[in-house]
Amino acid sequence: MNEALIKYLLSLGDTSLILGQRLGEWCGHGPVLEQDIAMTNISLDYIGRARLFYQYVCELQNDGQNEDQIAFMREEEDYLNLLLAEYPNKDFAYTIARQFFLDSYFVPLFEKLSSSSDERLSQIAAKSLKESHYHFRWSSEWMVRLGDGTEESNRRIQEAVQHLWEYTGEMFQYASYENDLTQQSLIPAAEILKEAWAFHIQRVFSESRINRPSDGWWQTGGKSGRHTEHLGYILSDMQYMQRVHPGLDW
Amino acid sequence: MKDQEQLLKEFQEKIDREEKIEPKDWMPEEYRKTLIRQISQHAHSEVVGMLPEGNWITRAPNLRRKAILLAKIQDEAGHGLYLYSAAETLGIDRDTLIDELLSGKAKYSSIFNYPALTWADMGAIGWLVDGAAIVNQVALCRTSYGPYARAMVRICKEESFHQRQGYEILLALCRGNAAQKKMAQDSLNRWWWPSLMMFGPSDKNSAHTAHSMNWKIKRFTNDELRQKFVDMTVPQANVLGIKIPDDKLQWNEQRGHYDFGEINWEEFNHVVKGNGPCNRQRLDDRRKAHEEGQWVRDAAMAYAEKRSNKIA
Repeated sequence: MNEALIKYLLSLGDTSLILGQRLGEWCGHGPVLEQDIAMTNISLDYIGRARLFYQYVCELQNDGQNEDQIAFMREEEDYLNLLLAEYPNKDFAYTIARQFFLDSYFVPLFEKLSSSSDERLSQIAAKSLKESHYHFRWSSEWMVRLGDGTEESNRRIQEAVQHLWEYTGEMFQYASYENDLTQQSLIPAAEILKEAWAFHIQRVFSESRINRPSDGWWQTGGKSGRHTEHLGYILSDMQYMQRVHPGLDW
Repeated sequence: MKDQEQLLKEFQEKIDREEKIEPKDWMPEEYRKTLIRQISQHAHSEVVGMLPEGNWITRAPNLRRKAILLAKIQDEAGHGLYLYSAAETLGIDRDTLIDELLSGKAKYSSIFNYPALTWADMGAIGWLVDGAAIVNQVALCRTSYGPYARAMVRICKEESFHQRQGYEILLALCRGNAAQKKMAQDSLNRWWWPSLMMFGPSDKNSAHTAHSMNWKIKRFTNDELRQKFVDMTVPQANVLGIKIPDDKLQWNEQRGHYDFGEINWEEFNHVVKGNGPCNRQRLDDRRKAHEEGQWVRDAAMAYAEKRSNKIA
Protein backbone atom coordinates (compact mmCIF):
# COMPACT_ATOMS: atom_id res chain seq x y z
CA MET A 1 0.00 0.00 0.00
CA ASN A 2 1.26 3.45 -0.86
CA GLU A 3 1.32 5.11 2.58
CA ALA A 4 2.55 8.40 1.19
CA LEU A 5 -0.32 8.55 -1.27
CA ILE A 6 -2.85 7.89 1.49
CA LYS A 7 -1.46 10.71 3.58
CA TYR A 8 -1.46 13.04 0.63
CA LEU A 9 -5.08 12.23 -0.19
CA LEU A 10 -6.02 12.78 3.44
CA SER A 11 -4.22 16.08 3.41
CA LEU A 12 -6.09 17.27 0.31
CA GLY A 13 -9.36 15.88 1.66
CA ASP A 14 -8.86 17.54 5.04
CA THR A 15 -8.02 20.93 3.56
CA SER A 16 -11.16 20.63 1.43
CA LEU A 17 -13.38 19.59 4.30
CA ILE A 18 -12.14 22.20 6.76
CA LEU A 19 -12.35 24.99 4.22
CA GLY A 20 -15.82 23.78 3.20
CA GLN A 21 -16.82 23.84 6.85
CA ARG A 22 -15.53 27.38 7.27
CA LEU A 23 -17.32 28.64 4.15
CA GLY A 24 -20.49 26.94 5.30
CA GLU A 25 -20.43 29.11 8.43
CA TRP A 26 -21.28 32.06 6.18
CA CYS A 27 -24.62 30.58 5.17
CA GLY A 28 -27.34 33.11 5.93
CA HIS A 29 -24.82 35.73 7.06
CA GLY A 30 -23.26 36.91 3.78
CA PRO A 31 -22.91 40.59 2.90
CA VAL A 32 -25.45 40.27 0.09
CA LEU A 33 -27.62 37.37 -1.04
CA GLU A 34 -25.65 36.66 -4.24
CA GLN A 35 -22.41 36.30 -2.26
CA ASP A 36 -24.09 34.17 0.37
CA ILE A 37 -24.99 31.81 -2.46
CA ALA A 38 -21.49 31.99 -3.91
CA MET A 39 -19.87 31.03 -0.61
CA THR A 40 -22.18 28.11 0.11
CA ASN A 41 -21.75 26.99 -3.48
CA ILE A 42 -17.98 26.91 -3.07
CA SER A 43 -18.41 25.22 0.29
CA LEU A 44 -20.47 22.54 -1.42
CA ASP A 45 -17.75 21.97 -4.02
CA TYR A 46 -15.20 21.52 -1.25
CA ILE A 47 -17.33 19.09 0.72
CA GLY A 48 -17.84 17.11 -2.49
CA ARG A 49 -14.13 17.14 -3.14
CA ALA A 50 -13.34 15.96 0.40
CA ARG A 51 -15.69 13.03 -0.14
CA LEU A 52 -13.90 12.01 -3.35
CA PHE A 53 -10.51 12.07 -1.65
CA TYR A 54 -11.76 10.15 1.39
CA GLN A 55 -13.55 7.57 -0.73
CA TYR A 56 -10.32 6.93 -2.59
CA VAL A 57 -8.49 6.56 0.73
CA CYS A 58 -11.09 4.01 1.83
CA GLU A 59 -10.60 2.00 -1.32
CA LEU A 60 -6.84 2.02 -0.96
CA GLN A 61 -6.97 1.07 2.70
CA ASN A 62 -9.69 -1.48 2.08
CA ASP A 63 -10.28 -1.96 5.81
CA GLY A 64 -14.02 -1.32 5.93
CA GLN A 65 -13.68 2.32 6.92
CA ASN A 66 -15.97 4.79 5.21
CA GLU A 67 -15.73 8.50 4.39
CA ASP A 68 -17.65 9.49 7.49
CA GLN A 69 -15.36 7.62 9.84
CA ILE A 70 -12.46 9.48 8.29
CA ALA A 71 -14.18 12.84 8.65
CA PHE A 72 -15.84 12.42 12.00
CA MET A 73 -13.84 9.96 14.06
CA ARG A 74 -10.27 11.18 13.69
CA GLU A 75 -8.69 13.57 16.17
CA GLU A 76 -6.92 16.85 15.61
CA GLU A 77 -3.47 15.36 15.23
CA ASP A 78 -4.77 13.02 12.52
CA TYR A 79 -5.96 15.92 10.44
CA LEU A 80 -3.44 16.94 7.78
CA ASN A 81 -5.00 20.11 6.36
CA LEU A 82 -3.19 23.34 5.61
CA LEU A 83 -3.38 25.76 8.54
CA LEU A 84 -4.73 28.42 6.23
CA ALA A 85 -7.96 26.44 5.73
CA GLU A 86 -8.79 26.51 9.44
CA TYR A 87 -8.20 30.24 9.84
CA PRO A 88 -11.48 31.85 11.01
CA ASN A 89 -13.71 33.68 8.53
CA LYS A 90 -13.32 36.85 10.57
CA ASP A 91 -14.78 39.17 7.92
CA PHE A 92 -15.43 39.08 4.19
CA ALA A 93 -11.93 40.40 3.45
CA TYR A 94 -10.22 37.57 5.36
CA THR A 95 -12.51 35.03 3.74
CA ILE A 96 -11.70 36.37 0.28
CA ALA A 97 -7.96 36.57 0.90
CA ARG A 98 -7.88 33.03 2.33
CA GLN A 99 -9.87 31.77 -0.63
CA PHE A 100 -7.74 33.59 -3.16
CA PHE A 101 -4.49 32.23 -1.71
CA LEU A 102 -5.87 28.71 -1.80
CA ASP A 103 -7.46 28.99 -5.24
CA SER A 104 -4.18 30.31 -6.63
CA TYR A 105 -2.59 27.15 -5.30
CA PHE A 106 -5.30 24.67 -6.29
CA VAL A 107 -5.52 25.79 -9.92
CA PRO A 108 -1.89 24.97 -10.80
CA LEU A 109 -1.90 21.94 -8.49
CA PHE A 110 -4.93 20.34 -10.14
CA GLU A 111 -3.65 21.28 -13.58
CA LYS A 112 -0.59 19.17 -12.85
CA LEU A 113 -2.40 16.42 -10.97
CA SER A 114 -4.92 15.96 -13.74
CA SER A 115 -2.13 14.35 -15.73
CA SER A 116 -0.80 12.32 -12.80
CA SER A 117 0.03 8.72 -13.58
CA ASP A 118 -2.30 7.72 -10.75
CA GLU A 119 -5.47 7.49 -12.76
CA ARG A 120 -7.92 7.97 -9.94
CA LEU A 121 -6.07 11.00 -8.60
CA SER A 122 -5.98 12.49 -12.07
CA GLN A 123 -9.76 12.06 -12.41
CA ILE A 124 -10.48 13.77 -9.11
CA ALA A 125 -8.05 16.53 -10.03
CA ALA A 126 -9.69 17.09 -13.42
CA LYS A 127 -13.11 17.48 -11.80
CA SER A 128 -11.74 19.74 -9.07
CA LEU A 129 -9.85 21.86 -11.58
CA LYS A 130 -13.07 22.88 -13.29
CA GLU A 131 -14.48 24.04 -9.97
CA SER A 132 -11.29 25.76 -8.92
CA HIS A 133 -11.22 27.80 -12.11
CA TYR A 134 -14.60 29.25 -11.08
CA HIS A 135 -13.51 29.77 -7.51
CA PHE A 136 -10.35 31.50 -8.64
CA ARG A 137 -12.31 33.82 -10.90
CA TRP A 138 -14.65 34.69 -8.05
CA SER A 139 -11.98 35.26 -5.39
CA SER A 140 -9.59 37.15 -7.65
CA GLU A 141 -12.38 39.44 -8.86
CA TRP A 142 -13.26 40.20 -5.25
CA MET A 143 -9.60 40.84 -4.41
CA VAL A 144 -9.57 43.50 -7.09
CA ARG A 145 -12.95 44.91 -6.11
CA LEU A 146 -11.97 45.19 -2.46
CA GLY A 147 -8.45 46.40 -3.19
CA ASP A 148 -9.61 49.03 -5.63
CA GLY A 149 -13.02 49.79 -4.08
CA THR A 150 -13.17 52.19 -1.15
CA GLU A 151 -10.51 53.27 1.33
CA GLU A 152 -12.10 51.00 3.92
CA SER A 153 -12.20 47.95 1.69
CA ASN A 154 -8.60 48.54 0.66
CA ARG A 155 -7.54 48.80 4.28
CA ARG A 156 -9.42 45.63 5.22
CA ILE A 157 -8.16 43.48 2.38
CA GLN A 158 -4.62 44.74 2.90
CA GLU A 159 -4.84 43.80 6.57
CA ALA A 160 -6.20 40.35 5.74
CA VAL A 161 -3.42 39.74 3.21
CA GLN A 162 -0.84 40.92 5.72
CA HIS A 163 -2.13 38.61 8.45
CA LEU A 164 -2.67 35.53 6.34
CA TRP A 165 0.60 35.79 4.45
CA GLU A 166 2.57 33.82 7.03
CA TYR A 167 0.27 30.82 6.39
CA THR A 168 0.91 30.70 2.66
CA GLY A 169 4.42 29.27 2.84
CA GLU A 170 3.11 25.96 4.13
CA MET A 171 1.71 25.06 0.72
CA PHE A 172 5.22 24.90 -0.71
CA GLN A 173 7.07 23.33 2.20
CA TYR A 174 6.52 19.71 1.40
CA ALA A 175 5.90 17.15 4.12
CA SER A 176 7.84 13.90 3.89
CA TYR A 177 4.94 12.11 2.18
CA GLU A 178 4.82 14.84 -0.46
CA ASN A 179 8.52 14.47 -1.10
CA ASP A 180 8.06 10.72 -1.50
CA LEU A 181 5.31 11.28 -4.05
CA THR A 182 7.39 13.80 -5.95
CA GLN A 183 10.09 11.16 -6.22
CA GLN A 184 7.50 8.68 -7.46
CA SER A 185 6.53 11.37 -10.04
CA LEU A 186 2.93 11.28 -8.84
CA ILE A 187 2.72 14.93 -7.82
CA PRO A 188 4.43 18.12 -9.06
CA ALA A 189 7.48 19.57 -7.34
CA ALA A 190 6.79 22.35 -4.85
CA GLU A 191 8.90 24.87 -6.77
CA ILE A 192 6.73 24.53 -9.87
CA LEU A 193 3.61 25.23 -7.84
CA LYS A 194 5.19 28.11 -6.02
CA GLU A 195 6.16 29.78 -9.26
CA ALA A 196 2.64 29.48 -10.69
CA TRP A 197 1.15 30.67 -7.41
CA ALA A 198 3.42 33.71 -7.20
CA PHE A 199 2.48 34.61 -10.76
CA HIS A 200 -1.25 34.66 -9.94
CA ILE A 201 -0.65 36.60 -6.73
CA GLN A 202 1.48 39.22 -8.42
CA ARG A 203 -0.95 39.75 -11.26
CA VAL A 204 -3.96 40.23 -8.99
CA PHE A 205 -2.09 42.38 -6.46
CA SER A 206 -0.93 44.72 -9.16
CA GLU A 207 -4.48 45.18 -10.44
CA SER A 208 -5.85 45.87 -7.01
CA ARG A 209 -3.60 48.31 -5.17
CA ILE A 210 -2.65 45.58 -2.69
CA ASN A 211 0.96 45.43 -1.52
CA ARG A 212 2.68 42.09 -1.40
CA PRO A 213 3.92 41.47 2.15
CA SER A 214 7.56 40.54 2.51
CA ASP A 215 8.31 36.88 3.10
CA GLY A 216 9.31 36.03 6.64
CA TRP A 217 8.74 33.13 8.98
CA TRP A 218 6.13 30.65 7.79
CA GLN A 219 3.57 29.07 10.07
CA THR A 220 3.56 25.37 9.31
CA GLY A 221 2.63 22.04 10.86
CA GLY A 222 -0.88 21.41 9.57
CA LYS A 223 0.23 18.86 7.01
CA SER A 224 1.88 16.81 9.74
CA GLY A 225 -0.98 17.15 12.24
CA ARG A 226 0.10 20.17 14.29
CA HIS A 227 -2.60 22.76 14.13
CA THR A 228 -3.73 26.13 15.37
CA GLU A 229 -6.13 26.37 18.30
CA HIS A 230 -8.97 26.85 15.85
CA LEU A 231 -9.15 23.28 14.57
CA GLY A 232 -10.34 21.84 17.88
CA TYR A 233 -13.41 24.01 17.79
CA ILE A 234 -14.14 23.18 14.17
CA LEU A 235 -13.97 19.48 14.95
CA SER A 236 -16.05 19.72 18.09
CA ASP A 237 -18.87 21.26 16.09
CA MET A 238 -18.44 19.06 13.08
CA GLN A 239 -18.00 15.76 14.91
CA TYR A 240 -20.60 16.38 17.60
CA MET A 241 -23.34 14.14 16.21
CA GLN A 242 -21.05 11.22 15.39
CA ARG A 243 -19.35 11.45 18.76
CA VAL A 244 -22.60 11.52 20.73
CA HIS A 245 -24.27 8.84 18.61
CA PRO A 246 -21.45 6.76 17.13
CA GLY A 247 -21.97 4.18 14.43
CA LEU A 248 -25.51 5.05 13.40
CA ASP A 249 -27.07 5.64 10.01
CA TRP A 250 -28.40 9.09 9.29
CA MET B 1 -58.59 58.47 -21.45
CA LYS B 2 -60.47 55.69 -19.76
CA ASP B 3 -61.85 56.41 -16.36
CA GLN B 4 -60.88 54.48 -13.29
CA GLU B 5 -64.09 52.49 -13.24
CA GLN B 6 -63.67 51.31 -16.81
CA LEU B 7 -60.06 50.28 -16.15
CA LEU B 8 -61.06 48.38 -13.07
CA LYS B 9 -63.81 46.60 -14.98
CA GLU B 10 -61.43 45.56 -17.75
CA PHE B 11 -58.88 44.44 -15.18
CA GLN B 12 -61.39 42.21 -13.43
CA GLU B 13 -62.58 40.80 -16.76
CA LYS B 14 -59.07 39.93 -17.71
CA ILE B 15 -58.61 38.10 -14.44
CA ASP B 16 -61.91 36.32 -14.86
CA ARG B 17 -60.79 35.15 -18.30
CA GLU B 18 -57.76 33.65 -16.53
CA GLU B 19 -55.33 35.90 -18.34
CA LYS B 20 -52.18 36.86 -16.47
CA ILE B 21 -51.54 40.41 -15.36
CA GLU B 22 -48.08 41.53 -16.51
CA PRO B 23 -45.85 44.27 -15.05
CA LYS B 24 -46.73 46.92 -17.64
CA ASP B 25 -50.48 46.31 -17.48
CA TRP B 26 -52.73 48.67 -15.62
CA MET B 27 -53.57 47.40 -12.14
CA PRO B 28 -55.39 48.87 -9.16
CA GLU B 29 -53.11 50.30 -6.52
CA GLU B 30 -54.50 47.89 -3.95
CA TYR B 31 -53.63 44.90 -6.16
CA ARG B 32 -50.07 46.18 -6.53
CA LYS B 33 -49.75 46.75 -2.80
CA THR B 34 -51.17 43.35 -1.90
CA LEU B 35 -48.75 41.66 -4.25
CA ILE B 36 -45.76 43.62 -3.03
CA ARG B 37 -46.69 42.72 0.51
CA GLN B 38 -47.20 39.06 -0.27
CA ILE B 39 -44.22 38.53 -2.59
CA SER B 40 -41.79 40.40 -0.37
CA GLN B 41 -43.05 38.55 2.68
CA HIS B 42 -42.43 35.36 0.77
CA ALA B 43 -38.94 36.49 -0.29
CA HIS B 44 -38.06 37.46 3.29
CA SER B 45 -39.29 34.08 4.49
CA GLU B 46 -36.88 32.34 2.15
CA VAL B 47 -33.98 34.42 3.42
CA VAL B 48 -34.80 34.30 7.13
CA GLY B 49 -35.58 30.61 6.66
CA MET B 50 -31.92 30.04 5.83
CA LEU B 51 -31.00 30.73 9.45
CA PRO B 52 -32.54 27.81 11.35
CA GLU B 53 -31.21 25.36 8.78
CA GLY B 54 -27.88 27.13 8.39
CA ASN B 55 -27.53 26.53 12.09
CA TRP B 56 -26.96 22.80 11.35
CA ILE B 57 -24.57 22.94 8.41
CA THR B 58 -21.48 22.74 10.56
CA ARG B 59 -23.01 19.93 12.64
CA ALA B 60 -24.68 17.73 10.01
CA PRO B 61 -24.17 14.10 11.03
CA ASN B 62 -22.44 12.89 7.89
CA LEU B 63 -20.88 14.29 4.73
CA ARG B 64 -23.73 13.32 2.45
CA ARG B 65 -26.26 15.10 4.66
CA LYS B 66 -24.01 18.11 4.96
CA ALA B 67 -23.79 18.41 1.17
CA ILE B 68 -27.55 17.99 0.72
CA LEU B 69 -28.31 20.55 3.40
CA LEU B 70 -25.94 23.08 1.84
CA ALA B 71 -27.51 22.59 -1.56
CA LYS B 72 -30.97 22.89 -0.10
CA ILE B 73 -30.32 26.14 1.72
CA GLN B 74 -28.68 27.51 -1.38
CA ASP B 75 -31.91 26.79 -3.25
CA GLU B 76 -33.80 28.80 -0.64
CA ALA B 77 -31.46 31.73 -1.15
CA GLY B 78 -32.08 31.41 -4.88
CA HIS B 79 -35.84 31.50 -4.25
CA GLY B 80 -35.31 34.69 -2.29
CA LEU B 81 -33.54 36.15 -5.31
CA TYR B 82 -36.28 35.34 -7.83
CA LEU B 83 -38.95 36.57 -5.50
CA TYR B 84 -37.20 39.88 -4.88
CA SER B 85 -36.92 40.20 -8.65
CA ALA B 86 -40.63 39.41 -9.05
CA ALA B 87 -41.43 42.08 -6.46
CA GLU B 88 -39.20 44.57 -8.30
CA THR B 89 -41.39 44.23 -11.40
CA LEU B 90 -44.07 45.99 -9.33
CA GLY B 91 -41.95 49.10 -9.03
CA ILE B 92 -40.18 48.70 -5.71
CA ASP B 93 -36.49 47.96 -5.24
CA ARG B 94 -34.82 45.27 -3.22
CA ASP B 95 -33.03 47.70 -0.89
CA THR B 96 -36.35 49.20 0.17
CA LEU B 97 -37.80 45.75 0.76
CA ILE B 98 -34.80 44.70 2.83
CA ASP B 99 -35.00 47.90 4.88
CA GLU B 100 -38.63 47.07 5.60
CA LEU B 101 -37.65 43.61 6.79
CA LEU B 102 -34.88 44.92 9.02
CA SER B 103 -36.99 47.67 10.52
CA GLY B 104 -39.65 45.11 11.41
CA LYS B 105 -42.23 46.69 9.13
CA ALA B 106 -42.41 43.75 6.73
CA LYS B 107 -43.24 40.28 7.99
CA TYR B 108 -41.84 36.88 7.15
CA SER B 109 -43.25 33.45 7.90
CA SER B 110 -43.52 33.06 11.67
CA ILE B 111 -42.42 29.47 11.46
CA PHE B 112 -38.81 30.60 11.31
CA ASN B 113 -39.17 32.15 14.73
CA TYR B 114 -39.05 28.67 16.20
CA PRO B 115 -35.65 27.19 17.05
CA ALA B 116 -33.97 24.31 15.20
CA LEU B 117 -32.75 22.36 18.22
CA THR B 118 -31.80 18.94 16.92
CA TRP B 119 -30.77 17.29 13.70
CA ALA B 120 -34.31 15.87 13.43
CA ASP B 121 -35.51 19.45 12.98
CA MET B 122 -33.79 19.47 9.59
CA GLY B 123 -36.14 16.61 8.75
CA ALA B 124 -39.21 18.28 10.22
CA ILE B 125 -38.49 21.58 8.49
CA GLY B 126 -38.21 19.87 5.12
CA TRP B 127 -41.18 17.61 5.62
CA LEU B 128 -43.63 19.91 7.40
CA VAL B 129 -42.50 23.47 6.73
CA ASP B 130 -41.58 22.95 3.09
CA GLY B 131 -44.59 20.65 2.83
CA ALA B 132 -46.94 23.37 4.05
CA ALA B 133 -45.19 25.87 1.80
CA ILE B 134 -45.80 23.59 -1.19
CA VAL B 135 -49.52 23.38 -0.47
CA ASN B 136 -49.62 27.18 -0.47
CA GLN B 137 -47.35 27.55 -3.44
CA VAL B 138 -48.86 24.98 -5.79
CA ALA B 139 -52.00 27.11 -5.57
CA LEU B 140 -49.87 30.18 -6.34
CA CYS B 141 -48.55 28.72 -9.61
CA ARG B 142 -51.92 29.83 -11.04
CA THR B 143 -51.96 33.20 -9.32
CA SER B 144 -53.08 36.10 -11.52
CA TYR B 145 -49.80 38.04 -11.53
CA GLY B 146 -47.57 36.60 -14.27
CA PRO B 147 -44.06 37.06 -12.81
CA TYR B 148 -45.14 35.67 -9.45
CA ALA B 149 -46.88 32.67 -11.01
CA ARG B 150 -43.83 31.86 -13.12
CA ALA B 151 -41.42 32.17 -10.18
CA MET B 152 -43.69 29.79 -8.27
CA VAL B 153 -43.54 27.07 -10.89
CA ARG B 154 -39.80 26.83 -10.53
CA ILE B 155 -39.84 27.19 -6.77
CA CYS B 156 -42.40 24.43 -6.38
CA LYS B 157 -40.22 21.95 -8.25
CA GLU B 158 -37.35 22.59 -5.87
CA GLU B 159 -39.55 22.63 -2.79
CA SER B 160 -40.94 19.21 -3.54
CA PHE B 161 -37.38 17.93 -3.62
CA HIS B 162 -36.76 19.64 -0.28
CA GLN B 163 -39.80 18.04 1.22
CA ARG B 164 -38.63 14.60 0.15
CA GLN B 165 -35.17 15.18 1.62
CA GLY B 166 -36.73 16.24 4.93
CA TYR B 167 -38.95 13.20 5.00
CA GLU B 168 -36.00 11.00 4.18
CA ILE B 169 -34.06 12.42 7.15
CA LEU B 170 -36.93 11.45 9.43
CA LEU B 171 -37.33 8.08 7.79
CA ALA B 172 -33.70 7.31 8.55
CA LEU B 173 -34.22 8.38 12.18
CA CYS B 174 -37.40 6.36 12.55
CA ARG B 175 -35.62 3.27 11.26
CA GLY B 176 -32.77 3.93 13.68
CA ASN B 177 -32.30 3.37 17.39
CA ALA B 178 -34.43 4.60 20.29
CA ALA B 179 -32.53 7.89 20.62
CA GLN B 180 -33.03 8.66 16.95
CA LYS B 181 -36.70 7.81 17.06
CA LYS B 182 -37.16 9.97 20.12
CA MET B 183 -35.46 12.84 18.33
CA ALA B 184 -37.89 12.43 15.41
CA GLN B 185 -40.95 12.36 17.66
CA ASP B 186 -39.76 15.39 19.60
CA SER B 187 -39.28 17.40 16.44
CA LEU B 188 -42.78 16.49 15.21
CA ASN B 189 -44.15 17.56 18.60
CA ARG B 190 -42.51 20.95 18.30
CA TRP B 191 -43.09 21.65 14.59
CA TRP B 192 -46.61 20.31 14.02
CA TRP B 193 -48.66 23.20 15.37
CA PRO B 194 -46.43 25.97 14.04
CA SER B 195 -46.70 24.29 10.62
CA LEU B 196 -50.50 24.46 10.76
CA MET B 197 -50.16 28.12 11.72
CA MET B 198 -48.27 28.72 8.47
CA PHE B 199 -51.59 28.90 6.62
CA GLY B 200 -52.48 32.03 8.53
CA PRO B 201 -55.53 32.98 10.57
CA SER B 202 -58.74 31.03 10.08
CA ASP B 203 -61.00 32.31 7.31
CA LYS B 204 -63.34 34.06 9.65
CA ASN B 205 -60.46 36.20 10.94
CA SER B 206 -58.43 36.67 7.79
CA ALA B 207 -58.08 40.32 6.84
CA HIS B 208 -56.90 39.78 3.29
CA THR B 209 -58.73 36.74 2.00
CA ALA B 210 -61.80 38.23 0.23
CA HIS B 211 -59.96 40.73 -1.96
CA SER B 212 -57.18 38.33 -2.77
CA MET B 213 -59.66 35.68 -3.84
CA ASN B 214 -61.51 38.06 -6.11
CA TRP B 215 -58.33 39.07 -7.83
CA LYS B 216 -57.21 35.46 -7.98
CA ILE B 217 -54.02 36.26 -6.13
CA LYS B 218 -55.22 33.55 -3.79
CA ARG B 219 -57.22 30.62 -5.11
CA PHE B 220 -58.09 28.82 -1.89
CA THR B 221 -58.78 30.06 1.59
CA ASN B 222 -56.39 29.56 4.51
CA ASP B 223 -58.62 26.91 6.06
CA GLU B 224 -58.99 24.99 2.81
CA LEU B 225 -55.24 24.84 2.36
CA ARG B 226 -54.67 23.90 5.99
CA GLN B 227 -57.12 21.01 5.65
CA LYS B 228 -55.37 19.87 2.51
CA PHE B 229 -52.05 19.85 4.35
CA VAL B 230 -53.41 17.85 7.27
CA ASP B 231 -55.01 15.29 4.95
CA MET B 232 -51.79 14.90 3.05
CA THR B 233 -49.50 14.72 6.08
CA VAL B 234 -51.28 12.35 8.48
CA PRO B 235 -50.70 9.21 6.38
CA GLN B 236 -47.03 10.21 6.00
CA ALA B 237 -46.66 10.41 9.79
CA ASN B 238 -48.21 6.96 10.03
CA VAL B 239 -45.59 5.56 7.67
CA LEU B 240 -42.89 7.07 9.87
CA GLY B 241 -44.56 5.58 12.93
CA ILE B 242 -44.53 8.80 14.93
CA LYS B 243 -47.55 10.41 16.52
CA ILE B 244 -49.00 13.78 15.60
CA PRO B 245 -49.47 15.71 18.87
CA ASP B 246 -53.22 16.26 18.58
CA ASP B 247 -55.72 14.12 20.49
CA LYS B 248 -58.59 15.43 18.41
CA LEU B 249 -57.07 14.27 15.18
CA GLN B 250 -59.29 11.64 13.52
CA TRP B 251 -60.65 10.67 10.13
CA ASN B 252 -64.15 12.02 9.47
CA GLU B 253 -65.85 9.64 7.07
CA GLN B 254 -68.67 12.07 6.36
CA ARG B 255 -66.49 15.00 5.44
CA GLY B 256 -63.87 12.85 3.77
CA HIS B 257 -61.23 14.78 5.71
CA TYR B 258 -59.36 14.60 8.97
CA ASP B 259 -60.81 16.56 11.86
CA PHE B 260 -58.20 18.24 13.99
CA GLY B 261 -57.90 20.31 17.15
CA GLU B 262 -57.94 24.06 17.52
CA ILE B 263 -54.73 25.99 16.92
CA ASN B 264 -53.47 28.01 19.85
CA TRP B 265 -54.30 31.39 18.32
CA GLU B 266 -52.94 33.26 21.30
CA GLU B 267 -49.50 31.82 20.61
CA PHE B 268 -49.96 32.51 16.90
CA ASN B 269 -50.71 36.18 17.56
CA HIS B 270 -47.81 36.57 19.95
CA VAL B 271 -45.32 35.11 17.51
CA VAL B 272 -46.64 37.30 14.68
CA LYS B 273 -46.25 40.32 16.95
CA GLY B 274 -42.61 39.51 17.55
CA ASN B 275 -42.65 37.44 20.73
CA GLY B 276 -41.76 34.02 19.35
CA PRO B 277 -38.74 32.20 20.76
CA CYS B 278 -36.44 33.46 18.00
CA ASN B 279 -37.99 36.63 16.55
CA ARG B 280 -35.37 38.92 18.01
CA GLN B 281 -32.51 36.54 17.29
CA ARG B 282 -33.48 36.12 13.61
CA LEU B 283 -33.83 39.82 12.97
CA ASP B 284 -30.62 40.57 14.86
CA ASP B 285 -28.80 38.03 12.68
CA ARG B 286 -30.19 39.58 9.51
CA ARG B 287 -29.36 43.10 10.69
CA LYS B 288 -25.86 42.10 11.67
CA ALA B 289 -25.23 40.49 8.28
CA HIS B 290 -26.59 43.56 6.56
CA GLU B 291 -24.61 46.06 8.62
CA GLU B 292 -21.38 44.09 8.47
CA GLY B 293 -21.86 43.72 4.73
CA GLN B 294 -22.27 47.43 4.13
CA TRP B 295 -18.60 48.10 3.44
CA VAL B 296 -18.53 45.16 1.00
CA ARG B 297 -21.51 46.49 -0.95
CA ASP B 298 -20.00 49.99 -0.89
CA ALA B 299 -16.73 48.66 -2.24
CA ALA B 300 -18.49 46.80 -5.05
CA MET B 301 -20.43 49.95 -5.99
CA ALA B 302 -17.36 52.17 -5.85
CA TYR B 303 -15.39 49.74 -7.96
CA ALA B 304 -18.18 49.40 -10.53
CA GLU B 305 -18.37 53.16 -10.77
CA LYS B 306 -14.60 53.51 -11.31
CA ARG B 307 -14.80 50.89 -14.04
CA SER B 308 -17.65 52.56 -15.85
CA ASN B 309 -15.82 55.91 -15.68
CA LYS B 310 -12.75 54.30 -17.20
CA ILE B 311 -14.78 52.77 -20.01
CA ALA B 312 -16.64 56.02 -20.60
